[in-house]
Amino acid sequence: MTVTYGDAVAAYEPVIGLETHVELATASKMFCGCSTEFGAEPNTHTCPTCLGLPGALPVANEAAIESTIKIGLALNCSIAPWSRFARKNYFYPDMPKNFQTSQYDEPLCGEGYLEVEVDGETVRVGIERVHLEEDTGKNTHVGTSGRIHGADYSLVDFNRAGIPLVEIVTKPVPGTGAKAPEVAKAYVTELRDILRSLGVSDVRMEQGSLRCDVNTSLNRPGESWGTRTETKNVNSLRSVERAVRSEIIRQAGLLNAGERIKQETRHFSETTGDTRPGRSKEEATDYRYFPEPDLVPLAPDADWVEQLRAELPELPAARRARTIASLGVDADDLQQMANAGVVELVAATVEAGAPVGEARNWWTGYLAQKSNERDVEPADLGIAPAHVARLIELVADGSLSTALARQAVDGVLETGADVDAVVAERGLKVVSDVGALEAAASAAISANPDIAEKVRGGKLPAVGALVGAVMRATSGQADAAAVRSILLQQLGVSE
Amino acid sequence: MSDIPTAAPPAATAESRLSRADVAHLAQLARLAVTDEELNLFAEQLSVILGAVAQVSEVAAADIPPTTHAVPLTNVLRADVVVASLEREAVLAGAPSVEDDKFRVPKILTEEA
Amino acid sequence: MSLIRSSAAELAARIAAGDVTAVEVAQAHLDRIDAVDPSVKAFLHVDADGALSAAKAVDDTRAAGERLGALAGVPLAMKDVVVTKGLPTTAGSKILEGWRPPYDATITTRIKDAGIVMLGKTNMDEFAMGSSTENSAYHPTHNPWDLSRIPGGSSGGSSAAVAAFEAPLSIGTDTGGSIRQPAAVTGIVGHKPTYGAVSRYGLIAFSSSLDQAGPFGRTVLDTALLHEVIAGYDPCDSTSIPAPVAPVVEAARDGARGDLRGVRVGVVRELSGDGYQAGVLAAYDAAVAQLRGLGAEVVEVSCPHFTYALAAYYLIAPSECSSNLARFDAVRYGLRVGDDGQHSLEEVMSLTREVGFGPEVKRRIMIGTYALSAGYYDAYYGQAQKVRTLIAQDFAAAFEKADVLVSPTSPFVAFGIGERVADPMAMYINDLCTLPASLAGTPAISVPCGLSEGLPVGLQIMAPTLADERCYRVAAAYEAAVTPVLASIPELTV
Repeated sequence: MTVTYGDAVAAYEPVIGLETHVELATASKMFCGCSTEFGAEPNTHTCPTCLGLPGALPVANEAAIESTIKIGLALNCSIAPWSRFARKNYFYPDMPKNFQTSQYDEPLCGEGYLEVEVDGETVRVGIERVHLEEDTGKNTHVGTSGRIHGADYSLVDFNRAGIPLVEIVTKPVPGTGAKAPEVAKAYVTELRDILRSLGVSDVRMEQGSLRCDVNTSLNRPGESWGTRTETKNVNSLRSVERAVRSEIIRQAGLLNAGERIKQETRHFSETTGDTRPGRSKEEATDYRYFPEPDLVPLAPDADWVEQLRAELPELPAARRARTIASLGVDADDLQQMANAGVVELVAATVEAGAPVGEARNWWTGYLAQKSNERDVEPADLGIAPAHVARLIELVADGSLSTALARQAVDGVLETGADVDAVVAERGLKVVSDVGALEAAASAAISANPDIAEKVRGGKLPAVGALVGAVMRATSGQADAAAVRSILLQQLGVSE
Repeated sequence: MSDIPTAAPPAATAESRLSRADVAHLAQLARLAVTDEELNLFAEQLSVILGAVAQVSEVAAADIPPTTHAVPLTNVLRADVVVASLEREAVLAGAPSVEDDKFRVPKILTEEA
Repeated sequence: MSLIRSSAAELAARIAAGDVTAVEVAQAHLDRIDAVDPSVKAFLHVDADGALSAAKAVDDTRAAGERLGALAGVPLAMKDVVVTKGLPTTAGSKILEGWRPPYDATITTRIKDAGIVMLGKTNMDEFAMGSSTENSAYHPTHNPWDLSRIPGGSSGGSSAAVAAFEAPLSIGTDTGGSIRQPAAVTGIVGHKPTYGAVSRYGLIAFSSSLDQAGPFGRTVLDTALLHEVIAGYDPCDSTSIPAPVAPVVEAARDGARGDLRGVRVGVVRELSGDGYQAGVLAAYDAAVAQLRGLGAEVVEVSCPHFTYALAAYYLIAPSECSSNLARFDAVRYGLRVGDDGQHSLEEVMSLTREVGFGPEVKRRIMIGTYALSAGYYDAYYGQAQKVRTLIAQDFAAAFEKADVLVSPTSPFVAFGIGERVADPMAMYINDLCTLPASLAGTPAISVPCGLSEGLPVGLQIMAPTLADERCYRVAAAYEAAVTPVLASIPELTV
């Protein structure tokens, strides 16, 4: 019997955890001077160190250390006064040394937390640690499917090997109940926004500079936490939410049937929206960690840390609080905007000159609708707050009706051009010539005597059909409200 | 002719006895396709060596910090500056197998970690 | 004095004076290699063209009236563990057979920039693991004193080359004694610098926290001259110490005056006794008496944790090497075996490493894998690193009472080829005296101190961290007071 999500969260309590890898946007790699620029020809950004040639040695990138400390500070973490790199030993063809220089029991940043808002409630996600490591090369599998299973052979490009990677690990997060998927998504969203504001990474999930693994377990209320599974290949914010949701459903189904949850790594599928098992390992891998002898410890002194703290920009949470205060909207409106994920966008639109009410209406209305249709975040829709502010301005001064403004939005989304260009190109203009409107109104009345009779007889709503006729006659470019007044006036009826 | 010394290291204890299976496991972890004869030989030899090195546990060192470097340096860092990489020709020159300017390897069985 | 019997200092002076050309010097040594290396087998690769070309460049520089470095035009043999661009570099292993590195080690660059003429790459125990050079995947090297005997290891090729007059200078690496012990059993001088004093960038890694490159020479002064070329801070090596190069040449010249008054020499009680050959102890005692005769105050010191050095070393070094050697996986360079369309990558890796690595390398990889395993780390690797601290503390305490510490370099003189290969532990105890300084990272030199049954014995002189010049001063004083051991070396039948 298939379990519904509602059934699952009614019977079980989910516990989630997230592990995020962030590719830092340093100019050079973590342990050598090779360029980190994306998209270069294969194996053109490599050197003895990042190729793992015999005799090569690593030297740590100062900017990467600073970025990591800043991330830790932004996540309210303690910064270790003494920290070391460690070797994580395992064999894989994209690993030039067959060990990854990472951190083990002496990470650069210790415990911290990040607060996220979900449906008006604040959830504190504990951070276990933040540490620094290096990325691997990239395998391309050659065979019929392009995936590793059934491939005939593989090709390795080491351009990516050695790019600095920050790993952020949360503590397990219990108590989210049915909102576990939203909490997971909110966490990654907020984390992404923090990282973007720090300027330490491009944080493009689709490009791989922000990677997420999500852990999920279920337990009956009152019992200890269940076995958790790890889900990888979660490449977008929506996937984070879907992955948690689908794992909860899957695990609940198994538990209901009296089966055991296998501790395993699963892979999320964008196409099906569920997770499938990876190759199960007989035993947990023993990485045989030991302190990296080719590097010396990091001992960031208090002055350095404070200097970095002083360099932190205004973080998203603080900026939002300030934005909200400056917007001066009430709690319900604010909630509506937050739910649609558009608080920042509204604020930016206001900053570009629009009144807050209009800005809110557009972003929570037509633009939110468009975002849903296209399955993207409003911020990724393709229309900037400045465009929206311009639209609002054009409607306010009567150049565009709301209907025309929507056509202009569609034009911007289609062509990427700015509002004025779209308006000019498509000839979007309110017909404000009163004479033309009066003529069109008369024509509509003459063409629809029955409807005209009804309106004269007191059925005011019927005038809508006449308005529609005039709108069609003017290719939608008349101001509907003005048309309605003119019709009523001609029919001799008052509001 | 020189003589083999009489000072012998401590004999292998029960804990440091390695079986063929133990050696096979270590060889698998280290990606060494050891032969059957080697399993026997190494089990014997490694047990002796482990017996000798286990001597470190005789030293009372509970409160002693470990040493990793003779001269304790910290914060050895380099500026985030791009330096010329190797020419690709040089990178690929020593490779056993190359295709499309990448290193070609036979089919991979294990999944990415 | 024939060119090949001259010291590096003498050759450099004659070249600078225009007395002889660098090309003549190089050619003389290449001829010597042709004559004796079929018997000694010190070299894996001789680069005659490169050597003559480098020599010519020195001659051209001189002719143009430009300044020459202190060792310009002097030939040198390079241990094959050091990466040399375009020249085969094997680390004594089949897994790197034919590999030509695309870059130079830092010390290679410094040697080239100094105008030193590299004759070729020398034989060694595979990946520097061994004390006899019998673990070379290619062939053993033969001790010029007695060709049926080992030249020491792992830098046996470099040591034999100098002792056989194939080069006045050579480079070795020392992890547990691999410069000092070969120097001792071939009757030449070899120094292990303070850990971090010489760049490791381009040294094929065996045990990262212990490896150091260092100089060999037939005299203390020659060794010091080479030391000053290779030593010094390198930003490409994070463990490189940002300190000025120790003034070892000045110390060597000063020491040669033979006055050790005011110098306290500490005899390490634990590095002597049972298991040491009688002839070695006799030569050692005589050397200590000689130091006293030069004015030194000799005291006995005890370093109780030195007896655990072998156990700690054979946990730390294998652990680090098990990780360092993981990169030899048939993907980017080196040997590839089994790639026939039937085997997976994992199988190809395992088959390649099985064929490409010799038994000693495999043993150490497996010991290291075991010692780092979850559940064993604390008892083995973790504990060994603590023992290392205790050894360093023993040194510190001893250096309160003495300026330098001495011991025999090795408990034995050169043994016969094949004599100890069957028993790893019998081979490991060659390092008993050299291991403590390796673990503590302190500098130590071996200088010839007489013969036992016609074979050379070495005196080891140890100093505190960064005080390498003390080793050279005392070694030079001792050397000046005795007849050179090499004067007794049998002539190699050409």
